[in-house]
Amino acid sequence: MAKILVITSGKGGVGKTTTSAAIGTGLALRGYKTVIVDFDVGLRNLDLIMGCERRVVYDFVNLINGDSNLNQTLIKDKRSDNLYILPASQTRDKDALTQEGVQGVLDQLKETFDFIVCDSPAGIEKGAHLAMYFADEAIVVTNPEVSSVRDSDRMLGLLSSKSRRSEQGEKIKEHLLLTRYSPERVENGEMLSVSDVEDILSIPLLGVIPESQAVLKASNQGIPVIMDDKSDAGQAYSDAVERLLGKEVPHRFLEAQKKGLLKRLFGG
Amino acid sequence: MTSETNLDLLDTDPVFQLKGGMLTMTVLELVHLAPQRFAIQLAEKVEQAPNFFQDTPVLISLEKLDDNLDISGLIALLRICRDHGLQPVALRGAEQFRPLAQQASLVLLPPGRNRDKIIEAPEPAPQPVAQQAEVASVSAPQPADTTPTRVITEPVRSGQQVYARGGDLVVLAPVSAGSELLADGHIHVYGPLRGRALAGVRGDTRARIFCQSLEAELVSVAGQYKVAEDLRRQQWKEAVQISLEGDILKIAAL
Ligand SMILES: Nc1ncnc2c1ncn2[C@@H]1O[C@H](COP(=O)(O)OP(=O)(O)OP(=O)(O)O)[C@@H](O)[C@H]1O
Ligand SMILES: [Mg+2]
Repeated sequence: MAKILVITSGKGGVGKTTTSAAIGTGLALRGYKTVIVDFDVGLRNLDLIMGCERRVVYDFVNLINGDSNLNQTLIKDKRSDNLYILPASQTRDKDALTQEGVQGVLDQLKETFDFIVCDSPAGIEKGAHLAMYFADEAIVVTNPEVSSVRDSDRMLGLLSSKSRRSEQGEKIKEHLLLTRYSPERVENGEMLSVSDVEDILSIPLLGVIPESQAVLKASNQGIPVIMDDKSDAGQAYSDAVERLLGKEVPHRFLEAQKKGLLKRLFGG
Repeated sequence: MTSETNLDLLDTDPVFQLKGGMLTMTVLELVHLAPQRFAIQLAEKVEQAPNFFQDTPVLISLEKLDDNLDISGLIALLRICRDHGLQPVALRGAEQFRPLAQQASLVLLPPGRNRDKIIEAPEPAPQPVAQQAEVASVSAPQPADTTPTRVITEPVRSGQQVYARGGDLVVLAPVSAGSELLADGHIHVYGPLRGRALAGVRGDTRARIFCQSLEAELVSVAGQYKVAEDLRRQQWKEAVQISLEGDILKIAAL
């Protein structure tokens, strides 16, 4: 059974696209046939982070309008045979997506794929609504600060009241992914801690992704950060994928780095 | 009118039933006898909420009246009431007022038990709002008139609003900042209350708010409210109940 997974947040710039690329790639690397769908019409970004921007011919809106078919529109990832990208249109405005159109495309994708990962645009307007409406599960991406948490809370309210599952009296399975987490800044009281955020949102924690240089480096190279298995962020995303697939994996990168013995002796 | 034959008179099928009923009623408590000031002040109240006063039955309480009232004074008073849409149905006060009540074709009710609640004219009165003295009538057994409590088991998130119309609201999950709970009756929150909670929104001053952890942005009972800034000073993050005493919101540990 195909699963539709939405990566959503409410607030912009918190790491949805980074997460969509990482989780989608992680699922494909574990053998699941996966497509990542860019719902951010007008602000396409996913293809850049996936490093396939030069191979875009048709896009999501073409597909909805019947200008192209699925084979022509999906872009196959260079790194994994299991991974495809459905790019967003850069030229259309967001009204080009319709509920029927989106449903038609998702129904087609369900026939071939195990996971359909929907990268939501920011906000709670139409684009974000369409990205989450058909979802079976939601990864709510949150940064450890008050306004991001508040927006995630709001998005959780919409998931439980304005989605197709909620209309049918079912629940969307919700996961919390805390990104750009900096234990040092939490210790200094500049950021909310994991438990603060869990306490406010009260949904299960899928993972904590540390603030990491590796993310920017990876996106500049067009390689999903999960491929960088030496990096803390890459490892944290891998753990999150394992948990998404039902494994129990302890959380890492929650504590500030301990100072080495020499540094402690001589001050640092 | 249907005309009844002699045969019909043998029919034992009951033509009426005695039932018990409780109704709440507006009490107009007269303090001074000053017909002109009365007329002006009543007109102002009516102005605020015209629908509220349309054909509203009222009970005129004379218990606090510090002037003497005679029949011409009473008749003048009744006229002013009726001019403004009020329908006086009874007087309430000591036995001495019985002749007066009879002359004005009103019922005399014994003094109340001080349970009346002050009402302000409702703001944008949706319907005639809730009121005061309970007038109990003769009771034959009848099923209790209960309104179902609204029970919410999922978290109430930012941007969401939940209203328990005509009854109580019970929430068995956290209530987020940026959300709003409303109830005509009580509000119970078995989790942290971080949003707004407004009990007795249609004027029931007996309504209360109960919560396990008071972290609210605003709490209100029958329109009297406190915001987080004031709430933080006492019992913040504690289990409390909030009720109205006079027009003061009282917050007490549970
Ligand atoms: N764990 C991280 N550490 C450091 N930087 C990060 C991390 N996650 C994301 N970023 C950076 O944050 C910025 C926003 O990331 P991204 O584009 O994934 O967010 P988004 O939620 O998709 O944004 P939008 O709402 O605009 O779609 C990017 O510059 C990205 O490199
Ligand atoms: Mg994005």
